[in-house]
Amino acid sequence: MSVATKSMTAPPSPSRLSILWASSVGKKALMAVTGILLSLFVLGHLLGNLQIYMGRDSTGAYLINKYAEFLQKSTGLLWATRIVLLVSVLVHAVAGIQLYLAKQSARPIPYQQKTNVNSTTASRTMIWSGVLILFFVVYHLLHFTTGTVHPDFVQGDVFHNVTVGFRQGGAVVAYLVAMVALGFHLRHGLYSLFQSLGAGNPAISKNVFNWAAVVATLIALANISFPLAVLAGLVRG
Amino acid sequence: MKLTLDIWRQKGAAGPGRFETYSVEANEHMSFLEMLDVLNQDLISQGKEPVAFDSDCREGICGMCGFVVNGVPHGPDNNTTICQTHMRHFRDGERLRLEPWRAAAFPVLKDLVVDRSAFDRIIQAGGFISVRTGSAVDGNSILVPKNDADRAMTAAACIGCGACVAACPNAAAALFTGAKITHLGLLPQGAPERIDRALNMVAQAAKEGFGHCTTIGECEAVCPAKIKLEVIARMNGDFIRGVFKKREEEAVAGGA
Amino acid sequence: MALNSGIPSGPLDKKWSTAKKEMKLVNPANKRKYTVIVVGTGLAGASCSASLGEMGYNVLSFCFQDTPRRAHSIAAQGGINAAKNYQNDGDSVYRLFYDTIKGGDFRAREANVYRLAEISANIIDQCTAQGVPFAREYGGTLANRSFGGAQVSRTFYARGQTGQQLLLGAYSALARQIAAGTVKHRSRTEMLELIVVDGAARGIVTRDLVTGKIESFVADAVVLATGGYGNVFYLSTNAKGSNAMAIWRAHRKGAFMANPCYTQIHPTCIPKSGDYQSKLTLMSESLRNDGRIWVPKKKGDKRSPDQIPEDERDYYLERIYPSYGNLAPRDVSSRQAKYRCDEGLGVGPSGLGVYLDFTQSMQRLGQKVIAERYGNLFEMYEKITGENPYRVPMRIYPAVHYAMGGLWVDYNLMSNLPGLFVLGEANFSDHGANRLGASALMQGLGDGYFVIPYTIGDYLARAGRPKVDAGHAAVKDAEKEARGRTEKLLGINGKRSVDSFHRELGNLLWENVGMARSKESLEVALKRIPEIRAEFWKDLRVLGSGSEVNQELEKAGRVADFFEFAELLAWDALQRNESCGGHFRVEYQTPDGEAQRNDAEYAYVAAWEWKGEGQRQVLNKEPLVYENIQLATRSYK
Ligand SMILES: Cc1cc2nc3c(=O)[nH]c(=O)nc-3n(C[C@H](O)[C@H](O)[C@H](O)COP(=O)(O)OP(=O)(O)OC[C@H]3O[C@@H](n4cnc5c(N)ncnc54)[C@H](O)[C@@H]3O)c2cc1C
Ligand code: HEM
Ligand code: HEM
Ligand code: SF4
Ligand code: F3S
Ligand code: FES
Repeated sequence: MSVATKSMTAPPSPSRLSILWASSVGKKALMAVTGILLSLFVLGHLLGNLQIYMGRDSTGAYLINKYAEFLQKSTGLLWATRIVLLVSVLVHAVAGIQLYLAKQSARPIPYQQKTNVNSTTASRTMIWSGVLILFFVVYHLLHFTTGTVHPDFVQGDVFHNVTVGFRQGGAVVAYLVAMVALGFHLRHGLYSLFQSLGAGNPAISKNVFNWAAVVATLIALANISFPLAVLAGLVRG
Repeated sequence: MKLTLDIWRQKGAAGPGRFETYSVEANEHMSFLEMLDVLNQDLISQGKEPVAFDSDCREGICGMCGFVVNGVPHGPDNNTTICQTHMRHFRDGERLRLEPWRAAAFPVLKDLVVDRSAFDRIIQAGGFISVRTGSAVDGNSILVPKNDADRAMTAAACIGCGACVAACPNAAAALFTGAKITHLGLLPQGAPERIDRALNMVAQAAKEGFGHCTTIGECEAVCPAKIKLEVIARMNGDFIRGVFKKREEEAVAGGA
Repeated sequence: MALNSGIPSGPLDKKWSTAKKEMKLVNPANKRKYTVIVVGTGLAGASCSASLGEMGYNVLSFCFQDTPRRAHSIAAQGGINAAKNYQNDGDSVYRLFYDTIKGGDFRAREANVYRLAEISANIIDQCTAQGVPFAREYGGTLANRSFGGAQVSRTFYARGQTGQQLLLGAYSALARQIAAGTVKHRSRTEMLELIVVDGAARGIVTRDLVTGKIESFVADAVVLATGGYGNVFYLSTNAKGSNAMAIWRAHRKGAFMANPCYTQIHPTCIPKSGDYQSKLTLMSESLRNDGRIWVPKKKGDKRSPDQIPEDERDYYLERIYPSYGNLAPRDVSSRQAKYRCDEGLGVGPSGLGVYLDFTQSMQRLGQKVIAERYGNLFEMYEKITGENPYRVPMRIYPAVHYAMGGLWVDYNLMSNLPGLFVLGEANFSDHGANRLGASALMQGLGDGYFVIPYTIGDYLARAGRPKVDAGHAAVKDAEKEARGRTEKLLGINGKRSVDSFHRELGNLLWENVGMARSKESLEVALKRIPEIRAEFWKDLRVLGSGSEVNQELEKAGRVADFFEFAELLAWDALQRNESCGGHFRVEYQTPDGEAQRNDAEYAYVAAWEWKGEGQRQVLNKEPLVYENIQLATRSYK
């Protein structure tokens, strides 16, 4: 290949990110990276939220509220995280939706009959679990961050917001549905991201596949436990 | 055994198609294609045009045969071509639906026959090692660890049938493309072109209109050559590495 | 007509280098002015197109499958020979040469076979460099296995898919040239006619199998690498599409057909299970390394094999050929299986089968070792028969496998028609009357990579023929002929399908021109073939039109040519009053049933010349001169 002559005259070649973005393999890699970031957030957020179960400290303040306060005070960290998350969700969602749309043109005439031999439901419904998560996040922000859809929102009193918020049946159902979607999304996503980034050695791949199911289920269950615990009266303000 | 078949009939590439229903008397020792031969002989004697389907070797190696039976590429005997599937896998009285591979990159030419030349163009984009006839060194001058040679062979076993595309909900050619990239990439002989190969073949697959891989795994479940998803991971890895490497090379070559 | 084989003078081991030295070369800048048509993309065709394209010629390549990678070479399982002597077991170019000549029952040309042995090592190097994943030893070096008819271990292999891997190597080289624009390839395109201008091959007429369009292509030389004619027997181990149309059309245009009666029957195939059977499947010969072949001693013994005690079994190959045993060459093993079945000792529902039994080697080596060696074959056997060979012995029976005969070519692989080159199984050149295992792959690649690039240049540099215009009368005539035949096939409007005729022809040949031929049986065949052929042209039914995908029409054209070819095959067999290799005449056998050659009268290549419709071909003899070896009776005892 005439690399030398070509690159002398060629216009500056596109950046690596844009090359990645231009191909489906690259897009998947970006989805995997953003997926990892988002997953880490979900995990961290979950760990933070577990403090709901830890009640009050010696001063009588709810641990979860103190934690929230700490986060709110670390403005730099907070905003950095928010920006990373926002960009990640945007990249991740836009790529996911684009790939989904491209899929339609790859098979314009569908099968009359199609039987799945060996794939998980989670893998075939990523776009729908993803979209549900997207809707959920919007709702969730209006619920617990801005309080717009909260019946009795108290800025800064996370414990109160949560325990009150989850007394509404409608909200709990929405969370349940979303957490199931999240579980499904992660069940496939946590496995698939290894493939997307080039790590597919069959020896580890089998384990990754199984562990993804375990981790996804644990995350979903742990998240579901909050509204259920509140509803069951186990956590009370 | 008596079977009822709903077969996709389409006169030509342009024409619309539809399912037509036939019944055929078969026996369990026949291969699936022999059962269709019997049907075709019947049709001919009734003055009806026989069903067009591709086949050549009829022993599972050439990759020419293939259509979807009851929603599964190459039929119910998984990891087996349809030419090697025998009627003992079916029950008397069963109803089967035969449909061609469906993918934008595999247009139907007639009945169950599709055009898979897109695969050729993917190989032309980089599925080779550039070595002049006559310029090779002695076969033993480059040692290849047995394990690498074996793994390369496992990937090289792809018969190019297209079932992976047919099975994939995204109509991706990832298993096929990955198999070739893996086969050549594992061997020292294929190393010098590894980066370009991945970049060019992946780009060509997209250009042909194949979808993308989301690790669904239906391809692996039907692949008659038992190609594993590992090859897709290697393709992805080589591609990503390629994107980064390529830029460095261009910088060295005096480009941007 | 006198046949000039063009064998260079001088000592055997210098002939090829002498020839190369004397060849004229085409100036690099001029190469692209020459157009070469290559029909076929098997090992021979793909390697040829890739090499010529790379050298700078303008190559037009064709195949009838939907991609070049599906040529029938893909099906070869066992391996490819080469005189590398990596095993240090005494192999050499000379030994490979000698084994091949002997295996061919002393009916091949010395010089060609020697050249093949010489270039065999380069083939392995080339393929390895292309990325063919040959089996390796733990140290990283290439591994070998042994194969029938040889006492050294010189067979290179890639699991049970050697042909596939070699073909994919050649295909990838071809793909590289297609991408580079030096080769223009057309798949699903069938050659229907050869164009001959002023006595030289100058082009072909093709039919696009998708649109039905009939077109002509002109060139400076035409290469046919279209494979073997085994399917004339209907049931064979060949792919369904393998056919003789290209070589037969060339024959009708003046190219001599050599030794058509030499057909190889392979001993280890899965027996036929019914009349619907569309093809026979080979079980690699390598199975004979560990499997023992036997039949019950008692006629009509219907007991299941494990119920038959040791002393009531006849391990007939071990009994008759103690030194080669189960590894006796193909023709010998096949014939012995036929004898047992003729005696009523055959096993299985049809009585046409013998046992290939792994019980004892599994006891000796363990099932695991056997599974490692033959797992994929066992699996294939079970897929087809529904029986588990780990528990029940395999049943095998001989089947038509390979065509040693083919178009006559000289040392340069050019037929008597100038400008027509023939490579691979389509020519007659290297295997005499019987081919040894693992040597067809070697020949196909040798022809394409290492012979034709030299010899075609020499022809083009010397020929000095003017360019042919696409409007030339000969082109138009050939096109008209092809179109006429297609229309004729479509217009018969009879009642019988192509397959029914093909099956009838095949049965007739198998019964009368198969493993054992006699004057009487050949005369039966020669009487019946024209009758069935006449019936074919009267009662054939091909539905649909010529301007679409029409698989019946494709088959009809091929079968029409098989009918003509079959007659020549039987005629050649009748004229050869001796037994040699794959050609066994019951009248000519030793008292213990072995083939009896007649070197005094038949040490020649029978090259048949077409004399027109309805005329018998005329026999031209190319005497086989052995300067370096002594003709000997083949013995594998
Ligand atoms: C089951 C099996 C196993 C074998 N195993 C071995 C083995 O282990 N070792 C070994 O050495 N040999 C083996 N052989 C033999 C060997 O595979 C073949 O002899 C060899 O591959 C032939 O190669 P070829 O290139 O001459 O022809 P092929 O591979 O048959 O190719 C023929 C080509 O010509 C094209 N063609 C034909 N007619 C036309 C036409 N009219 N118009 C356009 N194109 C046309 C076809 O499309 C195809 O591309 C085996 C054969 C069989 C059947
Ligand atoms: C907390 C939020 C989310 C997390 C943790 C997450 C995580 C992941 C992960 C780890 C993957 C696997 C990536 C890969 O295989 O390379 C993935 C894939 C995917 N995600 Fe998300 N995701 C989230 C939100 C979303 C949203 C909002 C959408 C879209 C609207 C979405 C759509 C998809 C799709 C379609 C895929 C499949 C992509 C593919 O495999 O090609 N996800 N996600
Ligand atoms: C049932 C489980 C969950 C509970 C109880 C919960 C609770 C909360 C609460 C109370 C807040 C407000 C914190 C504050 O304002 O200080 C919050 C913020 C947030 N949560 Fe959740 N959450 C849950 C699950 C999720 C999930 C699954 C996601 C992501 C997919 C998510 C994404 C977010 C985001 C993005 C914020 C805003 C963070 C910020 O202020 O930048 N939450 N959550
Ligand atoms: S990867 Fe498997 S399914 Fe896909 S073309 Fe190759 S052999 Fe067929
Ligand atoms: S089914 Fe499709 S999504 Fe990927 S893993 Fe196989 S190509
Ligand atoms: S016909 Fe060759 S693989 Fe099925």
